[in-house]
Amino acid sequence: MPTVPQAEDQGRVARTVLDAGDISRALTRISHEILEHNKGPADLLLLGLHTRGVPLARRLAANIEANEGTAVAVGELDVTMYRDDLRSHPTRSPHKTAVPADGIDGKTVVLVDDVLYSGRTIRAALDAVSDLGRPGAVRLAVLVDRGHRELPIRADHVGKNLPTARTEKVKVHVIEVDGADEVLIEGAPA
Amino acid sequence: MRHLLSIDDVTSDDIRQLFDTAAEMHDVQRRQVKKLPALRGRTVINLFFEDSTRTRSSFEIAGKWLSADVINLSAKGSSASKGESLRDTVLTVTAMGIDGLVMRHSASGAAHQVSRWIDVPVVNAGDGTHEHPTQALLDAYTLERALGSLEGRHVAIVGDLTHSRVFRSNVKSLVKLGAEVTVVAPPTLMPAGIGSWSKDAGFAISYDLDDVLPTADAVMMLRVQRERMSGGFFPTAREYTVGYGLTRDRLDLLPEGTPILHPGPMNRGLEIAADAADAASSLVLDQVSAGVAVRMSVLYHLLAGQEEGVTQ
Repeated sequence: MPTVPQAEDQGRVARTVLDAGDISRALTRISHEILEHNKGPADLLLLGLHTRGVPLARRLAANIEANEGTAVAVGELDVTMYRDDLRSHPTRSPHKTAVPADGIDGKTVVLVDDVLYSGRTIRAALDAVSDLGRPGAVRLAVLVDRGHRELPIRADHVGKNLPTARTEKVKVHVIEVDGADEVLIEGAPA
Repeated sequence: MRHLLSIDDVTSDDIRQLFDTAAEMHDVQRRQVKKLPALRGRTVINLFFEDSTRTRSSFEIAGKWLSADVINLSAKGSSASKGESLRDTVLTVTAMGIDGLVMRHSASGAAHQVSRWIDVPVVNAGDGTHEHPTQALLDAYTLERALGSLEGRHVAIVGDLTHSRVFRSNVKSLVKLGAEVTVVAPPTLMPAGIGSWSKDAGFAISYDLDDVLPTADAVMMLRVQRERMSGGFFPTAREYTVGYGLTRDRLDLLPEGTPILHPGPMNRGLEIAADAADAASSLVLDQVSAGVAVRMSVLYHLLAGQEEGVTQ
């Protein structure tokens, strides 16, 4: 087993670009945008992408319910099996995919993810969604759009546009998974 | 994990990972589109030198639901029946560019031998009286879903142990997952040397089914393999049923709701009564459905990713 060089992470300087308050405000705005675009909460399904998209989708649903007094359906989607780089990595176990019992046909599905980068995850998610049913429309909400798209995909709702270099790393932490709400950017090695 | 030839090839962590994946695969079976693209462009050959319907079709469905191209070859009507050696048959199909080989053979150790000749992952779908690892995994998976956990649960495995590869694999997987296992059979159907094996492997032996049943959390009945028997392992079928069959009377000895498993095909009225096979607590059909999910999981973990040093 080759040793993984540790130097890659050395010398990186992490700085916080969004704190808990920023994230909360971004999610509030996105939930309003989703409602506005959908003209209300009818037939909405927020589909969170594992891992951090799932808690973000739940928070958006909670915001919408607080505003409208109507519960919005939330699901979880795992795209492991649909990735185009399966062959270049060791296999990993898929997470749960769960959609409401009445399916996704005719619904407005909002895919929710933490970071939009190459667009390949979303490409995989679109394939996964089409195997689950035929939604009326699919939209995309992300907390951070860091650019560097490799496919013609764009988000409908963005918490923060974060211009980055490819050498930088964007890390989203959420309380449900990481114990804190923050978005960090790590610079290239010094 | 490069091949799956025996339960010895997998750790309890590997099994846990296979089960986690199988649980997601199981959900796919309830979908309208039962298809995942994970093995798109991969070719799997099911090479069966021995008759099998359920295992072969289970592997075939598993491969197809993962979008692999699956080809079934049986020895009957193939060049193997014309006298070709196992090595030549296997090298020939591998040369066609396959990515995985699922193999059943009547000779114990055949899958191990084949894995040394070729460069693609091999799944043992039953070799003689040696092992049937995917059957053991699907049995343990089914049982774990029924019982919540196998840790500390008492499982009785009953029947023709001498000729059973299912039993050999099952004992290993159940013990690895923390179950307490008692195997029950007439002395004539106990494999030679099982005494020392049971001490090393940590399972118990009994010749008295009625004694074991009241403490069993689950009962796994094995098929009486008449086709593998060359002589008098028991005097009459009736006598076997009286001593070791899961009869209507024995059902009453079992605690209410105790899961009943059978790898199939069942000899109703011989090792298992219709009342037991069709009981609400019978998991026979759950095993079949879990079989597809577990085999999808195995094929996915062996074939989807790139392993170090593997040229594909």
